Amino acid sequence: MEFLTPNAYTYLSVAIVMFALGAIGVMTRRNGIIVFMCIELMLNAVNLSLITFSKMHAVAGAEGVPHPGANGSMLVFFVMCVAAAEAVVGLSIIIALFRNRLDIDINNVNIFKW
Amino acid sequence: MIATILFWVFAVLGVAGAIGLIFNQNPVYAALSLILNFFSIAGLYLSLSAEFLAAIQILVYAGAIMVLFLFVIMLLNLQDEPDVMKFDARRGVAFLLGLAFVAEMIFVFKDFAQRDVSGEYTFGKVEPIGEQLMTQYLFPFEMISVILISALIGAIVVARKYRHG
Repeated sequence: MEFLTPNAYTYLSVAIVMFALGAIGVMTRRNGIIVFMCIELMLNAVNLSLITFSKMHAVAGAEGVPHPGANGSMLVFFVMCVAAAEAVVGLSIIIALFRNRLDIDINNVNIFKW
Repeated sequence: MIATILFWVFAVLGVAGAIGLIFNQNPVYAALSLILNFFSIAGLYLSLSAEFLAAIQILVYAGAIMVLFLFVIMLLNLQDEPDVMKFDARRGVAFLLGLAFVAEMIFVFKDFAQRDVSGEYTFGKVEPIGEQLMTQYLFPFEMISVILISALIGAIVVARKYRHG
């Protein structure tokens, strides 16, 4: 049972698998909203790896640094704020697309293609 | 022992939610799978003793953002995507790239197996995070408000109904 004990590597592996699944979803799905949700999934996987690194550095400590591991959790906070703003803008683009074409299949979105 | 069991429960649920997201034909089921994934990630944050970010994860992601997604899905009344499970060359390349990414990263990070993440973590609490936000990160914190207000205005302008003629 010793190898099942979570360490930094197991947390990172979970984050890596989630990120890869999100990337596969972006590459295979054609529904615009699901592509968008896969991007959110990738952001969350990166957040999980940031928290893991932050905790790892906080546990290990560092010489002359007052708060080791502080930057990681602050960065996750800002990533969450930017993801919220990104979700709002992206969904409004999808609504505008649907209003114009009655369809959000991203294979058919080629207005700028020449 | 209990921490190990909880970690694996949340890890398996999170990966299952991600798989459900990319293989569900119905967008509403895909969004619900993503909510399962977000709750599992919040559980993993708790197991890393990042309590504040776990609460924010549930409030902002599983609450606000996913409600917005579900609202838009139901507003647009989308039909199912029938060929999700169909296998063709493009899907094969995508899965190969994903597997290559996983293999590469698993190899690159293998030295982290010795690093411990089970100790004390003061930066999971609300108080040190608030203190950092008001001191060292004051300028980025204020810039977040600029980003949010510009996203709000941009969303209204883009999604507005234009009168033609």
